[in-house]
Amino acid sequence: MSSEKLSNCEQSCGGSGHGGGSKDEKGRSRRDFLRYGAMAGAAAMVGLTTGCGDMEEPSAGGGDHSHESSSPRTVRLYNEDGQLVEVKAEAICHTADPVTDNEELRRGVEGMSFVMVIDLARCRNARRCVEDCQKAHGLRPDQEYLRVNKMGDVDDRLSHNYWMPQLCFQCDNPPCTKVCPVDATFKRGDGIVAIDNEKCIGCRFCMAACPYNARVFNWNEPLGSEESMEYSPETSLPKKKGTVDKCDFCPDMVRAGKLPHCVPACPNGVIYFGDRNQDVVTNGNQVERLSTLLQERGGYRFLESLGTRPRVYYLPARNKQFPFERGLENYEEAREFMEEYRLERRPSDHGSSESEGGEQ
Amino acid sequence: MNEEIRQKIIDDGLRPLRQGMGWKGIVWVLFLLAIMAVAAFAYGQQVRQGLVVTGMNDIYSWGIYIALFVFLVAVSLVGAIFSSILKLTNFEFRRPLTRIAELIAVGAILFAAVAIIADMGRPERLWQVFASGRLQSPIIWDVLVVNTYLVIGLLLLYVPMIPDLAYCRDQLQDIPKWKKKLYRVLALNWQDTPRQKALLHRAEKFLIILVIPVAVAIHTVTSWLFAVTHRPGWDSTAFGAYFVSGAFVAGVACVIVAMFVLRKAYGYHRYLTDKHFDYSGKLLVLLSLVYLYFNISEFLVPAYKMSEKKGALLEMLFIGEYSLVFWGAIVVGIILPALVPIFKKGRTPGVLTVLAVAVVIAHWAKRFAVVMPPMGNTLSPVQIVPSDWHVYNPTWEEIAVTAGIMAGALLAITVMARIFPVLPIRDISQGRFEETDEKDEQGRQAFELMVEQHGRQDHE
Repeated sequence: MSSEKLSNCEQSCGGSGHGGGSKDEKGRSRRDFLRYGAMAGAAAMVGLTTGCGDMEEPSAGGGDHSHESSSPRTVRLYNEDGQLVEVKAEAICHTADPVTDNEELRRGVEGMSFVMVIDLARCRNARRCVEDCQKAHGLRPDQEYLRVNKMGDVDDRLSHNYWMPQLCFQCDNPPCTKVCPVDATFKRGDGIVAIDNEKCIGCRFCMAACPYNARVFNWNEPLGSEESMEYSPETSLPKKKGTVDKCDFCPDMVRAGKLPHCVPACPNGVIYFGDRNQDVVTNGNQVERLSTLLQERGGYRFLESLGTRPRVYYLPARNKQFPFERGLENYEEAREFMEEYRLERRPSDHGSSESEGGEQ
Repeated sequence: MNEEIRQKIIDDGLRPLRQGMGWKGIVWVLFLLAIMAVAAFAYGQQVRQGLVVTGMNDIYSWGIYIALFVFLVAVSLVGAIFSSILKLTNFEFRRPLTRIAELIAVGAILFAAVAIIADMGRPERLWQVFASGRLQSPIIWDVLVVNTYLVIGLLLLYVPMIPDLAYCRDQLQDIPKWKKKLYRVLALNWQDTPRQKALLHRAEKFLIILVIPVAVAIHTVTSWLFAVTHRPGWDSTAFGAYFVSGAFVAGVACVIVAMFVLRKAYGYHRYLTDKHFDYSGKLLVLLSLVYLYFNISEFLVPAYKMSEKKGALLEMLFIGEYSLVFWGAIVVGIILPALVPIFKKGRTPGVLTVLAVAVVIAHWAKRFAVVMPPMGNTLSPVQIVPSDWHVYNPTWEEIAVTAGIMAGALLAITVMARIFPVLPIRDISQGRFEETDEKDEQGRQAFELMVEQHGRQDHE
C-alpha cells in the first residue's frame, strides 16, 4: 500500500481535511476512529484496525465523508475535530486487492507497527483461537502456529497455574531472520516477521534459532494446497512441502483492515491486536490504549532476558476471570486428539509409497 | 640414500597401482555401492514424500544428517594436522601418513556438503544459497569456509603429489590409456629440475601455513551454527575450541584405522611401521587430554550452577534419556583414548586400531549428543504435540541415507587410493636430502636401517 493511498484513506475515513499531514496527525486521526470503534461494535471495528486498509477507490467515499449518506449501511465516526460523522460502510471496509509485488510485501503495511497483547487473566483455554487459526491457514493438527500452554505445576499447591496462548512474537531482534541464509524469512517495516516459501530452502536453521518454537515445518505435502492458487507471502498459501511456516499476524487480513483470525475467534477477548505507532490495541470488542494497558496491568514479555524484544505482550494472570481448572478438559482432549492423530498417520509415515501425500 | 633404496620406495609406492583390486577390494567396493544404492532409494522416498520419512519433527528439527555433517567436518580436519601442524613442528613420523590424511580430509569434506543437501527440505533450491546468500547467516560462512577448505585440501593433496604423479607417468607401463593420460596431464611436465623443486617447495610451504587458519575456521564456524542460538547447551562461547579439539581426536582415530587397513591391504609394513602406531597413539593421548579439558569446562561449570534450562539439559545428559550416549561418548571417545595409549601395549597396531574404531564410533555418538538433546530441551513449553515428538528416533530412511553418505566418503577415499599413490613417495625418499638438520639426519639413518631390515625380512 502506498503512502498516498494511505493518506487518501485517512481523508475518507477519518474525515481529516488535510491529506499527507504529519505522522502525529495521521496517528491521531486513526486513533480517533479506533476509539469510536468500540461504540460502533465489532463489525465496524475490524474495518478500522489498520486505518481502513487499502482503499481502492478513494473517490467512492473520499469527498463526502461528512455528509449524511443515503446508503443503508453507514458507520458513524469521530472526525479530527471531534465531531461525530457518518460515512458509508463500504468506504471503510474495502477488501484490498491481493498485493502480489514481492518487494512491496517485504516492506509491509506502511506506517504501521503491529503488536499484540494477550490478557492471561481472561484465558480459559477455550482453544477457539487455535481452531480458527488452524482452519484459516489450512494446517494439519500437529502444526500449530498458535498454541495454548499450561503454565505452572498442577501438583504443586504453591504454583501459579494459568493458560498461556503463544504464537510467533514477531521479535524486533529476531534470532530467526538473522540466520536465514537466503533471506526467505525477513522482518517487515510494520514489524511482522514473514516467510517467503518460494525462497525457503528448508534448512530449518530458523527453527533451531527460534527460542520459542514458534516455527513449524511442512514435513510432508501440506493439506489442501491448491496448485492453481497464486502464491503470496502474505497468505502463505499455497503452502509448500519442505519449507518453514509460522504465525505472521495474518498480514493479508491486516492489510485488508481486518483483525488476525485468532483475535475475533476468542470468546473471552483475550487477544488484543493493534498498532504501536498509534498506541492502540483492540480485541474486537474493546479498544485500549496500549501504553496504558501495559502500565496498569503490568504487561511483560515472555523470556524478556533473551533480548529478542517480542512484539507480543502478556498481561499477568491476576484476578483470573475463570478458574484454571476449567481449561483442563480441553487441554486433555487436545492432547488425546493429537495422540489419535499420530496413530492415524503413523502407517503412512514410513515409506508406503502408495499412501497419498496430501492425506498424511 | 642410495638409488637402490629410492627405486624400492618408488616401486612400493606404485605397486598397488599396477595390481588389480583383488577380491577383497571388489567386495569392499560392492559393499559400499550396495549401501549407497539403499541410500539412494531412501533418499528418493524422502524427496517424494518429504522429510516426514525422517524421525525429525518440529521439536527435533535437526537430526542425524546434521550430526553427520558435524562429524564429517570434524574428520576432515585431520588433513591439517598431518600435512601441516606435524610438518611445521618437524615430527618425522607424519611423512608416510600425509597422503592418507589428505585423502580422508577431501573425502570427508566433499560428503559433508552432501550431508547438508540431504538435510534440506528443498534441495533443488540450493542455487539460492549462491545466488542470494546473506552474509549475515552463519550458514553462508560455513559454505564459504567449507569450499575454501575443499580447495586448499585438494591443492594440499595434489601439489605435493606432482613428483609422485611423474613417477606414475614414467614408470607405470601396463596401464589403461586413460590412466596414462591422467598421469601425464596431472604431472604437469614435472622433470625434477631445480627450478621446479624450488617452486614446489614454496607452494607447499604456502599451503601448509594457509590451511591452519582455514581448518580452524571451518570447524569453528560449524560450531557456531549451534552457538549463535539461544538454546541451552549450544549457547556457549567455548564452542569453537570445543569442536576443534574434538575434531582432532576423531581425525587422528580415523587415520589410525586407515593406516592399519592400508598397511594390511597394500603390504606397507615397512612404511607404516609399529613406530607410526606408537607415535599416533601418543598423539591421540595428547589430543584426547585437550578435548577432555574442554569437556570438563563445558559440563562441569554449568553443572555446578544447574540453572533452570541448562540444568534440565544436563539432567537429560547425565542421568536422563541421553545418558547412555553421553557417557558412552565421554568414556570411549575421550577417557579411553587418553588412557589406553599411555601404556606401551596400548600403542601396538592391533590394540590401537581397535581403540581407534571405538573412538570413531564414540565421536559419532558425541556429535549426536551435542546436536540432539538441546533441541528436546525447549526454552518454551511445547505441550500439545504427538507424544513421540519428545524423543528423537531416526527412521530407517534417515539411517540409510546417513550410511550412504558415509559409504560415499569411503568410496571416494578408496577410489582415490586406487588411482593415486597413497605413499608420498618423494616425501619419503627425497625429502630427506633437502632438509639437512641433525634431527632429520638421525631420522634418515633410522629409516634406512628400517628399510634394510624389512628388506631382509622380505628375502627370508
